[in-house]
Amino acid sequence: MREIDILLVGVGGQGTILASRILAHVGQAAGYDIKVSEIHGMAQRGGSVVTQVRMGEKVYSPLIEEGRADVILAFEKLEALRWLSYLKPGGSLLVNDQAIYPVPVLAGLAQYPQDITGYLKAKVKDTVVLDALGTARECGNARAANVVLVGLLARRLPFAEDNWQEALAARVPARFLDVNRKAFAAGYGIG
Amino acid sequence: MKELMTGNVAIARGAFESGVTVGAGYPGTPSTEILENFCRYQGIYAEWAPNEKVALEVGIGAAMAGARVLVTMKHVGVNVAADPLLTAAYTGVNGGLVLVSADDPGMHSSQNEQDNRNYARFARIPVLEPADSAEARDMVGLALDISEEFDIPVILRTTTRVAHSQGFVEIKERVERSLKDYQKDTRKWLMVPAFGRMRRQSLGERLTRLLDYSEKTPVNFVLEGSPEVGVITSGISFQYVRETLPGASVLKLGMTYPLPAELIKRFAAGVKRLFVVEELEPHIEEFVRLLGLPVAGREFFPETGELSVAVLKRGFMAAGIIPEEKAVPVQSFDDMPAVPVRPPVLCAGCPHRGVFYTLHKLKLVVTGDIGCYTLGGLAPLEGMDSCVCMGASIGMSHGIDKASPELRGRTVAVIGDSTFLHSGITGLIDVIYNNGNTTVMILDNSTTAMTGHQEHPSTGKTLMGAAAPRVDLEGLVRALGVTRVSTVDPLDLSQLTEAIKAEVAASGPSVIIARKPCALLKREAKPPVTVDREACTGCKTCLKLSCPAISVNEKLCSVDPVSCIGCGLCTQVCKFGALVAEGGEAGA
Repeated sequence: MREIDILLVGVGGQGTILASRILAHVGQAAGYDIKVSEIHGMAQRGGSVVTQVRMGEKVYSPLIEEGRADVILAFEKLEALRWLSYLKPGGSLLVNDQAIYPVPVLAGLAQYPQDITGYLKAKVKDTVVLDALGTARECGNARAANVVLVGLLARRLPFAEDNWQEALAARVPARFLDVNRKAFAAGYGIG
Repeated sequence: MKELMTGNVAIARGAFESGVTVGAGYPGTPSTEILENFCRYQGIYAEWAPNEKVALEVGIGAAMAGARVLVTMKHVGVNVAADPLLTAAYTGVNGGLVLVSADDPGMHSSQNEQDNRNYARFARIPVLEPADSAEARDMVGLALDISEEFDIPVILRTTTRVAHSQGFVEIKERVERSLKDYQKDTRKWLMVPAFGRMRRQSLGERLTRLLDYSEKTPVNFVLEGSPEVGVITSGISFQYVRETLPGASVLKLGMTYPLPAELIKRFAAGVKRLFVVEELEPHIEEFVRLLGLPVAGREFFPETGELSVAVLKRGFMAAGIIPEEKAVPVQSFDDMPAVPVRPPVLCAGCPHRGVFYTLHKLKLVVTGDIGCYTLGGLAPLEGMDSCVCMGASIGMSHGIDKASPELRGRTVAVIGDSTFLHSGITGLIDVIYNNGNTTVMILDNSTTAMTGHQEHPSTGKTLMGAAAPRVDLEGLVRALGVTRVSTVDPLDLSQLTEAIKAEVAASGPSVIIARKPCALLKREAKPPVTVDREACTGCKTCLKLSCPAISVNEKLCSVDPVSCIGCGLCTQVCKFGALVAEGGEAGA
């Protein structure tokens, strides 16, 4: 059983928490020890949010060290850049091609970096950029963008697709299950 | 069956399984979710008290009556509850009493990072420190057993990473407990000096027995490893030690007051080099030094902020325990473009925004308080000068009024509804009693917003969901003796500005209640503001509102129709009529 460290980064309200629950559910079904860590409080007011998911035979620290994450799943591309140093050499960087401007940028006090995805691709070989919001909309609900990203992540983890389907059924409210199954399949298909 | 739980959910579960029937607390990150989860169980009673002191007093009373009790608060809340806590150590309990102190090393959501193990030493009561969710659940039951066996309240001290990290917890059944009998015993419960002296004596005796207990308790244990390095640790630091030095000998202390001197000496005798790794203050380390043992800690590990595996690696490298070359290889991203910060901000449509915009514009000195609205002190709103602790705004404003003729008459205290009920009322009484001139603004958004929307005494609902009488804020401040009381809509800038100007100019105390529900709670169905790009001059005045829905796009103002809730504040700020509230204030 190998250790798997995954960082989910984004902006408050993007659905990182549901994504981490689905992930933890799959890990638990596969018999892993798991720790999930997130910071509440000020972060909920539009700040950066990060959820750390660690799986293995036995997990001690709930926190992933810099340079050690196997995968960074970024719900917003500036956040991918902010947390990039946490990715291990040879790790996977999965990025939603969405920009959410922080207030200092909106106020003209700071610049939103140009061509973030270009920089990420130049630095990390396994960088996948996708329009999760657009894909989710095509599936029927923009709010399922988080599950599109979970689908993309699933391809890189050692769990069977059936386990993911079961986790979706367990963690997504029944009335949104169909659209989320579609969203998952769309992300999974991108690979 | 095992479930993934945060430390907070696990503590609630532990309290339920251990037969706790009464829970009380005041919301505060990272403690809030404990009571929010506990209150959902059957057969228990739980409440939000107006502040932590009252919560603990409710707890002491319930324990006196024979119940098992859970009291929860964040670390700074224990300062508020310190008065009953230090004497409850004397009285002891009847039913078990556990006080959860959720500390926040690194200040993720707090104004300081005090180490509340100091309270255990100060009050002379035991403290337990869980290292993960499973321990958090188990230690609630253990704390209650200790509380009852040794007739003493027990602190369960968590930190943010324990409170908010999830780990597996094996679910158990609840063990029902009947109330213990209450018998009148004034020598135990009536702390007049004569009886207080006896109970102080008794506390010493109880502590002596606890010292013996701490040598034997299963939560203080040794993990045998290499005799080269021994590490004494507690709480979350234990996890970092295990990951950084998997082969080292470890003395894991679950109970860090009173500390087990003999166990520590035996452990020290079996290792060549002894370290203490603990977050914040050198609580264990100083004790080990007092035993005369050679030990290292603070010279390698910082006493501020959080520890981590990376911090431990650096420390153990500097100490010569880990070879330098085992340093974590981190890829260099030196050429990375500058990453702008993403600070938390007041939400789009937040009723607080206009208040701070106006206070800043009027160039007033503003003493602030604790809540979402503290964000109004940051650029570009910059409508607040100070924030110290819950309730401080009013007393501080009064102090400025009495000290400085120059600042008198241009100072305003700003406080939220829940914070005012927590500890603002006594400050206001001081202003009235001492003929002060302070203008107090109560920002009433009808909830405890920052911690995630908890009920409080003027929301009309209890923690358990029952309807409750609503404290009438206007009636309350009038009853205290304030004659100048006004209520304004904080989204109406001209009304707000006139009220502030009038009350600041008036002599004597006044209270302005700025009332509008939190934008996340009650959303009025208004269409988003639209921009007339012909009228916009690109002056950027609207950006001074620090609204996350407003940006400048190609030099002209732009409003994000998804996040804008049509509060209309920006339409009142724009001098060119470029921001238009559709179907808004016309009201026709």
